[in-house]
Amino acid sequence: MSAATQTLDTVQSVTQSGYKWGWETEIEMDLAPKGLNEDIIRLISSRKEEPAWLLEWRLKAFAGWQQMTEPHWARVEHAPIDYQDLHYYAAPKRKPGPKSLDEVDPELLRTYEKLGIPLKERAILAGVDPASIEGGSQVAVDAVFDSVSVATTFRETLKKAGVIFCPISEAVRDHPELVQQYLGTVVPTSDNFFAALNSAVFTDGSFVYVPKGVRCPMELSTYFRINARSTGQFERTLIIADAGAYVSYLEGCTAPMRDENQLHAAVVELVTHDDAQIKYSTVQNWYPGDAEGRGGIYNFVTKRGACRGARSKISWTQVETGSAITWKYPSCVLHGDDSVGEFYSVAVTNNRQQADTGTKMVHIGKRTKSTIVSKGISAGRSNNTYRGLVRVLPQAAGARNHTQCDSLLIGDCCGAHTVPYIESRNPTAKVEHEATTSKIADDQMFYCRQRGLTEEDAVNLIVNGFCKEVLKELPMEFAVEAQKLLAVSLEGSVG
Amino acid sequence: MLEIRGLSAAIEDKPILQGIDLTVPQGEVHAIMGPNGSGKSTLAYVLSGRDDYAVTAGSVTFDGRDLLAMAPEERAAAGLFLAFQYPVELPGVGNANFLRTALNALRRSRGDSELDAVQFLRLARAETKRLAMPEDMLRRNVNVGFSGGEKKRNEVLQMAILRPRLAILDETDSGLDIDALRIVADGVNALRGPDFSALVITHYQRLLEYIVPDRVHVLAGGRIVRSGGPELAHELEAKGYAGMLTEAA
Amino acid sequence: MTAALQRGVAGFLARYEGLRDRLPGDPRPRAEAADAFRRAGLPGATSGRREEAWKYTSLRPVADATFQQPVAHPAGDSRLLARLPPLEAPRIVFVDGEFRPELSALPASLDFARFADRAEYGRLARADSEPLVALNTMLAEDGALLSVPDGVDAGLLLLVSVATDRAACHPRHLIHLARGARLSLLELSFGDGSYLHNPVLEVVVGDDAALTHVRLQNEAPTAFHLSTVYAEIGERGEYDSFGLNLGGRIVRTEAHVRLAGIKGIAHLNGAQLLGGTQHADFTTVVKHDAPSCTSRQTVKNVLAGRSQGVFQGRIEVARVAQKTDGYQMNQALLLSPDAEVDTKPELEIFADDVKCSHGATVGELDADQLFYLRSRGIPDDEARSMLVRAFLADALDAVTDQAVRGVLEHAVEGWWERQAA
Repeated sequence: MSAATQTLDTVQSVTQSGYKWGWETEIEMDLAPKGLNEDIIRLISSRKEEPAWLLEWRLKAFAGWQQMTEPHWARVEHAPIDYQDLHYYAAPKRKPGPKSLDEVDPELLRTYEKLGIPLKERAILAGVDPASIEGGSQVAVDAVFDSVSVATTFRETLKKAGVIFCPISEAVRDHPELVQQYLGTVVPTSDNFFAALNSAVFTDGSFVYVPKGVRCPMELSTYFRINARSTGQFERTLIIADAGAYVSYLEGCTAPMRDENQLHAAVVELVTHDDAQIKYSTVQNWYPGDAEGRGGIYNFVTKRGACRGARSKISWTQVETGSAITWKYPSCVLHGDDSVGEFYSVAVTNNRQQADTGTKMVHIGKRTKSTIVSKGISAGRSNNTYRGLVRVLPQAAGARNHTQCDSLLIGDCCGAHTVPYIESRNPTAKVEHEATTSKIADDQMFYCRQRGLTEEDAVNLIVNGFCKEVLKELPMEFAVEAQKLLAVSLEGSVG
Repeated sequence: MLEIRGLSAAIEDKPILQGIDLTVPQGEVHAIMGPNGSGKSTLAYVLSGRDDYAVTAGSVTFDGRDLLAMAPEERAAAGLFLAFQYPVELPGVGNANFLRTALNALRRSRGDSELDAVQFLRLARAETKRLAMPEDMLRRNVNVGFSGGEKKRNEVLQMAILRPRLAILDETDSGLDIDALRIVADGVNALRGPDFSALVITHYQRLLEYIVPDRVHVLAGGRIVRSGGPELAHELEAKGYAGMLTEAA
Repeated sequence: MTAALQRGVAGFLARYEGLRDRLPGDPRPRAEAADAFRRAGLPGATSGRREEAWKYTSLRPVADATFQQPVAHPAGDSRLLARLPPLEAPRIVFVDGEFRPELSALPASLDFARFADRAEYGRLARADSEPLVALNTMLAEDGALLSVPDGVDAGLLLLVSVATDRAACHPRHLIHLARGARLSLLELSFGDGSYLHNPVLEVVVGDDAALTHVRLQNEAPTAFHLSTVYAEIGERGEYDSFGLNLGGRIVRTEAHVRLAGIKGIAHLNGAQLLGGTQHADFTTVVKHDAPSCTSRQTVKNVLAGRSQGVFQGRIEVARVAQKTDGYQMNQALLLSPDAEVDTKPELEIFADDVKCSHGATVGELDADQLFYLRSRGIPDDEARSMLVRAFLADALDAVTDQAVRGVLEHAVEGWWERQAA
């Protein structure tokens, strides 16, 4: 029943229009000069006090990137990006390691507030001892404010469980052996243009290590924000679940309203060992640009998980409502026998947004299994593309895939596209793909309106129903936010 | 309360209703009977505001307001409820969620306070029980995977919860066995009172054994060809539509 | 033109230069096509160049093959037709790309002219965007120009293409069905040795007209078959096609069908039965450019040996094409651990009031069915054979003309037994 309640609350609360997360925080920034070259990379590396191996790794990635060209196979169009006209490093100026509320810039706290980070977590983020906060929700937050992780909460609780959850720059310092062992092994620096760029210039992101047999005692959560003008954001996230471990990781993204397009090229790498499981959930509502397509984030992200161990599982759930352009294919490489990959996605585009998103499931181990559920909703003058690859290698005996891919069109000026690739080289593998495209049926709209719902409420209700299969995969607090976002994203798309 | 004057309507330029005159006073239950293709369902859709039908002549007032000028949801807010002949499936939309959204939309429009989840569930469970429906009906998705009879009962459940002032029942009896028919009729009869009117559209006299109408109208060729008391239904049953229409001609 | 020629282009261009003055018709489209072909080359033949439309098929083996002017066959060499199915129907026969009147039996109810006599290109096939159309346009010497008049039912017609070793033929066909006309066309291609068959067929189906187009590709195992069909369907027109790819070493059959008038219907069904090291690519594009049209497609791949079967199907729905009903299904049966299937069904939709769906399944024979048969005492081999035959029969069901289906059934008979042997 609670899910129903939330939908109702959602429908009622969504009365304001426009992008409600569009504001800008005035705080002092430490900004690198515009442009990209080896010196900038050295600067980033030295600011972050990185070891030599990492600088070399970055420089190698940069050398590779210089040989690459921007990919253009996705169904997205944008003005050329001048990679020399961006800042590659922006950090809030602050004393190292804020330990109390007073040390934290009040603007920053207000930022968290607007982000909807609950009060208690805000305090925790700011360094207040979680033990002293009564009834604090059990979500650990690592907020990435532009490029530097400002604070990490619940460190102690996690530490007791043996879980490492910290900014990746800190992990480089404190757990170099782990970082060196895994970094770039799932998404190599040469993987693609944006991944290479990220490898060269990434400034921060989260690092998670869950040791053998440990079930992470809480959901881990990161809120990303892009704040400064003309800064690219190059997050690097690395999550490792050792044998038998479990972790659920939530990523939320918002960015303030801007006229210029901003580039975001994150890389996320996940690794699961035997019997381990990672659940990675994203709600992305970066600024999509205005109704005419001015401004908005370019979201060119490489996310990939490697199920290295037998019976391990990686599950991606995403609700993508923001960004001017989304180019994103959270993928699973299923090495381990009996490993499982899942991809649940809702992508909403409105106005002039463009989304080209989907997944790759590469079956290598025996009896590996993957499930893909994609729900695309296009409105306004937007274009929404599902692009997915299911590849079964000859050794993947008994592999299974099921893909369900549904598109919903709202209005007659948008586009919905489905581009699946299925490649199978094992006769015992079974791959099934189904896709449908439709609009909201007239009789469904009429039925709802006959019962007293406005057109907009009816659309929200039907769209939420259409997405339910995916939304139910989200942790509760995210599901509520996601439902609200769907409604906000589709505002003005009917009538 | 409901005044239909000279109502003509067409679908894709094909005339279906050809000058209907009908008055349903407050607190009365009227039955509309007629053979297949006589325009019964069209009348129901036109009254509730479905897009595909073009009103070509006539007027309809509901409590003195111009019904035809209102959007479907405004008609619902004014107290008009259509029990669909073919209830629509809404995949992924929970029945309870749907009903509460609808109820609160109606309450909002009437200036009443909205019901929270607990209050609503209490109400919904009581009605579900009264209509002898399994409680899991509230948890299931709207009409998805429902049998024909379950769909019809779900319509009556919605009606019981939304408490309309005028209910149009479009062949609600079709596809029901005798037990279900009795439950549905009980549901409608329970609502009867000075503030409740109904237009019961049916092909057969059977339903009218259980919901005894104040007036019966026979619709044929897009017109009301005869009107009378409940005895007219029995006459129809005896003579058949063909017999009666020949007489009427 | 100082840029180095792409792999495999030189031979074709040399042939064009050599024939230039003798090729029929307007030289300008040929010259333009030659330029386009020089630029584009043979898809996949040049390393490092991979186009999305040719993601799974490389024509490198075609680029590396050599072709020559075939030896002349004596008139009336009826051995060439030994493999022709026994159908009572008129036929138009080409040998190594040249029309052979003495082997043909011309139809009475439609107009026929030779491309060699009246070199007409249609307006559908685009040499500038399709390298194979460019190659054909540059080198086409002969072909069939068929026209069925208003309201005439022309019945069944065989369009036969026979090729011999080392031949490279580029027939150019043009088929026009006037308003309300009907035609059932059975296209047969076969031959001996290592040759290239690169036909381009342009089809215009007028308002209320109906074309049934069945293709049986049964080329020699060392041959290359690259065919391109462009069709445009008028109001309430119907294009019902079925392609069976059985032979050939490297095969690509590409069809572009545009539904240009309201309530048009297109069926693009087919099957590919491959074994050995065969590679066959069944590529289709259906463009819904008018409201209330229907397209249906079921393509089945049955793959044995080390074969590779490719299916690429795209349904494009334009903004004006409201009430489109599009459906596409691709099923693949992998019968060997070394076979590979690549499937890319695409939907590209710009209208909102549409019903479009596609499905794809890839797998081996159904284990439950196999077990059921075996539990009834049928040996494993026989049970498999039975299920493969059932799968094939199901595929051929889409061919409604009994006589034509009989031809296809005959062609696939014993296929599985030959693979298993």
